[in-house]
Amino acid sequence: MPRLDPCYTRTPEMRAFVTRAVTVGDVYGNDFTTPEQQPTPVIADRPDEPASFRALLETDGRVEPRDEMPEGYRKTLVRQIAQHAHSEIIGMQPEGNWISRAPSLRRKAILMAKVQDEAGHGLYLYAAAETLGVDRADLLDQLHSGRQKYSSIFNYPTLTWADVGAIGWLVDGAAIVNQVPLCRCSYGPYARAMVRVCKEESFHQRQGFEILHTLSHGSEAQKAMAQDAVNRTWWPSLMMFGPPDDDSPNSAQSMAWGIKRFSNDDLRQRFIDMTVPQAEALGLTLPDDAIRWNEERGHYDFTPVDFTELFEVIRGNGPCNEQRLSHRVKAHEDGAWVREAAAAYADKQAARHAQEGAA
Amino acid sequence: MSTPTAYVLALADDALISSQRLGWWISRAPQLEEDVAMANIGLDQLGQARALLSLAGAATGRSEDDLAYLRNERDFRNVCLVEREQADFGVAMARMLVFSTWQHELYSALSGSSDAMLAAISAKAVKETAYHVDHATHWVLRLGDGTDESHARMQAAVDAEWPWRAELFETEFLDDSLVADGVAVDPSGLQGPVEQRLEAVLHQATLNVPDTTSAYSKGRLGRHTEAMGYLLAEMQHLHRSHPGVNW
Amino acid sequence: MSQEPLWEVFIRSRRGMSHVHAGSLHAADAEMALRNARDVYTRRQEGVSIWVVPASAIEASSPDEKDAFFDPAGDKVYRHPTFYDVPEGVQHL
Repeated sequence: MPRLDPCYTRTPEMRAFVTRAVTVGDVYGNDFTTPEQQPTPVIADRPDEPASFRALLETDGRVEPRDEMPEGYRKTLVRQIAQHAHSEIIGMQPEGNWISRAPSLRRKAILMAKVQDEAGHGLYLYAAAETLGVDRADLLDQLHSGRQKYSSIFNYPTLTWADVGAIGWLVDGAAIVNQVPLCRCSYGPYARAMVRVCKEESFHQRQGFEILHTLSHGSEAQKAMAQDAVNRTWWPSLMMFGPPDDDSPNSAQSMAWGIKRFSNDDLRQRFIDMTVPQAEALGLTLPDDAIRWNEERGHYDFTPVDFTELFEVIRGNGPCNEQRLSHRVKAHEDGAWVREAAAAYADKQAARHAQEGAA
Repeated sequence: MSTPTAYVLALADDALISSQRLGWWISRAPQLEEDVAMANIGLDQLGQARALLSLAGAATGRSEDDLAYLRNERDFRNVCLVEREQADFGVAMARMLVFSTWQHELYSALSGSSDAMLAAISAKAVKETAYHVDHATHWVLRLGDGTDESHARMQAAVDAEWPWRAELFETEFLDDSLVADGVAVDPSGLQGPVEQRLEAVLHQATLNVPDTTSAYSKGRLGRHTEAMGYLLAEMQHLHRSHPGVNW
Repeated sequence: MSQEPLWEVFIRSRRGMSHVHAGSLHAADAEMALRNARDVYTRRQEGVSIWVVPASAIEASSPDEKDAFFDPAGDKVYRHPTFYDVPEGVQHL
């Protein structure tokens, strides 16, 4: 079974994958907008690009916060990093749903640590976005009001314990395929945040795989639970890479800026190629009869993904859109008095110190 | 020397049930930084619970999971303080202050237990609980001495939690010989130091120390509040639905 | 919407090393910032010491001044040991 060790890749194949990747790719493979919501790409704004910016990109240098950069580049990054951050914190919910019911204390501890990591990752990413001149509070407002999206994968429910395994194995697995290239993205703060995220996430996928492996080698009921979770999670996890590149207008712009190096389809194929042997090791089947090795292509063939569902979920018609957002908004609103108190206390303390200083 | 099983189990259950309640907060905290902090504290408590449960079960060959998932409500020995609902951040912090301050005093004393395992587990927990006290203290100060609204809410939270602290100092459940043998710490001896620390924090936070008497709280004897049944139903359901399997 | 101040976090990973920038976070005051930094940035034993600094207190050199700030050091090759010739066979120099 090929093992993923993100960012600190030990296999030459994965190292090459990282090295080839240069700049920002879409988070979780798509930017969570439907085609009609996406802005028309403006490929032809190169004349506006500062020479220093171009020079950095051409030499594979890193763009840092105070460097000159085209407004479009900045906006694209803000949107992408914010959506990535939103995905991390909304992503706490489906797995958090099982913390109270984890079937062993060991699993409970692992799951708490994992969901906690997701909060931490959201935090790193908001911090990276803030270097671009936006406030976390504003980004959260945009999430809460629905103006900014998060990954659609989190709009599916976690119905059984096996879903926690399937999320770790498939959803985190797909996220890793997308995130490893981001460790070398052209925007320094984002790349650094991703290095930290990838380093910490190396346990996430393995714990998911381990959960499913234990279930699939357990009782009949456990195995059925595992298979059911994989059946439900497989197609949504493939959709995480976004629509085919022909239908993804932002891809062209991102490529032009070197913001994206791999196409959605390439990443999807790569994920499938890694996952099929892992499924065999688990003794579980993937819900696609068309999956078979194609010697000529050197890849697994598979049934094309039907993206009708993805766009429906993005439009807000997924099983949990309403629930995820209202959970998040409620936590934020319920905490307002606490944040206000902290601010008031800080002001009082500052005034007291000033008074002491004057006395 | 008598086996300290029942005593260790009581301390384990305190930590386990408190951790179960804290886990609820992950994704619901007032700010992202606090989600991370509350998870840290919950994980520390869960770690304490696992070590203590393993110690308690060693004598009878029961695993940490056997004890956590297969005992019924009446067999749990945690204080009622930790099992009650806590969907308000002020309540969560008031309870954390009370519980962690008590735990810190307790584990400090137990670091010198004549039971080597219990002493080792306690020595580790002293550092953890010192941080929990610090965390709760900082929030109680901010909420107590923050806005008018936060002051009122924090006072209400303290008023609600305070009566339940008394059970922490009960000795009824404890085999006297354990204290005599230096295995256990006499809970009643902790009341002075713990309440002194709590009152100092409340005072600094401009909050009143409630003059309420103690609540009817008999968790140490296995007589819990109604909240406990629901907590256990949720916690144990999956494990019990598939007897004897691995997870 | 009110926003708590931004703090930059610097972590000493182990004794003998300098504090290095780790990231940033929000907190109402320095005490909470320090504690948040501990929880957020040292969950895996990444540090033995933490500094938090209000982001607003940091004065940074500007990329516009890059040439004036840093280029003049470029021709001072005599600051580097490799500038000097050492006769063959001479050691500990």
